[in-house]
Amino acid sequence: MDLISTYIIHQADNALILGHRNSEWTGHGPVLEQDIAISNIALDLIGQARYFYQLAAARINESAPGGNITEDDIAYLRDDFEFRNCILAEQENGDWARTLLRQFYFSTYQLLLYQELLKSRDPGIAGICGKSVKETIYHVKWSSEWVIRLGDGTEESRTRMVEAMQTLNPWIPELFIPADFEYEAAATGAGILPDTLKDEWYHRVNRVLESATLPTLLSGKNPLQILSGKRGVHSEHLGHLLAEMQFLQRAYPGCSW
Amino acid sequence: MEAIPPRENWPLWEVFIRARQGLDHKHAGSLHAADAQMAIENARDVYTRRNEGISIWVVESRYIHASSPAESGSFYDPANDKVYRHPGFYHLPDELKNM
Repeated sequence: MDLISTYIIHQADNALILGHRNSEWTGHGPVLEQDIAISNIALDLIGQARYFYQLAAARINESAPGGNITEDDIAYLRDDFEFRNCILAEQENGDWARTLLRQFYFSTYQLLLYQELLKSRDPGIAGICGKSVKETIYHVKWSSEWVIRLGDGTEESRTRMVEAMQTLNPWIPELFIPADFEYEAAATGAGILPDTLKDEWYHRVNRVLESATLPTLLSGKNPLQILSGKRGVHSEHLGHLLAEMQFLQRAYPGCSW
Repeated sequence: MEAIPPRENWPLWEVFIRARQGLDHKHAGSLHAADAQMAIENARDVYTRRNEGISIWVVESRYIHASSPAESGSFYDPANDKVYRHPGFYHLPDELKNM
């Protein structure tokens, strides 16, 4: 598979895995209204994932005569080492604080990325991002307000936010460490190098953390990291997630409604 | 820590949605939220998921004052036999299609 297809699948995997995580809240939200809100965001993300998978499938089929793989094959029939999502996206929901902090970190990243990808030389990528930017603006707004509400809330809500930060912060640097497919995408103009988003990401995130009276983040040099979701070396959580998400297609191959 | 479930902490809000430019805001339903900002966002997620609206108003339910059902007799019945209050006694020219 060419690296640009991998780049597209990487975007799709990020959206699908985070969307699936959010969907785990459906029916379990803290209040009805927020159950619907997080489910809406899950649907937005899974919708974005579908567009990216469809684009990737079309590219792959074009380059392989007679190829007929579909979005579903890519989503449901790969194993965890073939997924290219960032490790942040696959982290477990934990409590409400951790879920919305994960959303805030990731949506802020996605928004900056999608806005840059509007200029992608690949019209397919630019088109999907054009549609997704509006959704992502809302995800950032929704999650920012929760970060502020809980960070600057009660003693308990603040403690939970600080714990969420401790759990999730180690997975931030990976967002900005370029993988081979990102170098290739940047070189061809289809994509960008993620480290170009880094300063603005820290700026925006810290502005919200300040309003939330939470400790701000330091953007140091990218640390060496052994786990890298972009290279297919995931945390233990992705396997469990896929076991549930892919169960039906694995148990009843080719089944449909 | 007081163990009060969030439902009891969060007040009830009434949601009004304007479906299109030029129409009135119509009552869509109610929901719980901690403050006005959250109420508007919850309303967006609960009541406009299927493209129902372009504008949302929310008001805390406790600020709505309602007429009393017990008084409905004296309130509404006297209007029943006063047809002259309806502007139905004018003859309109045939050319006039809408009035």
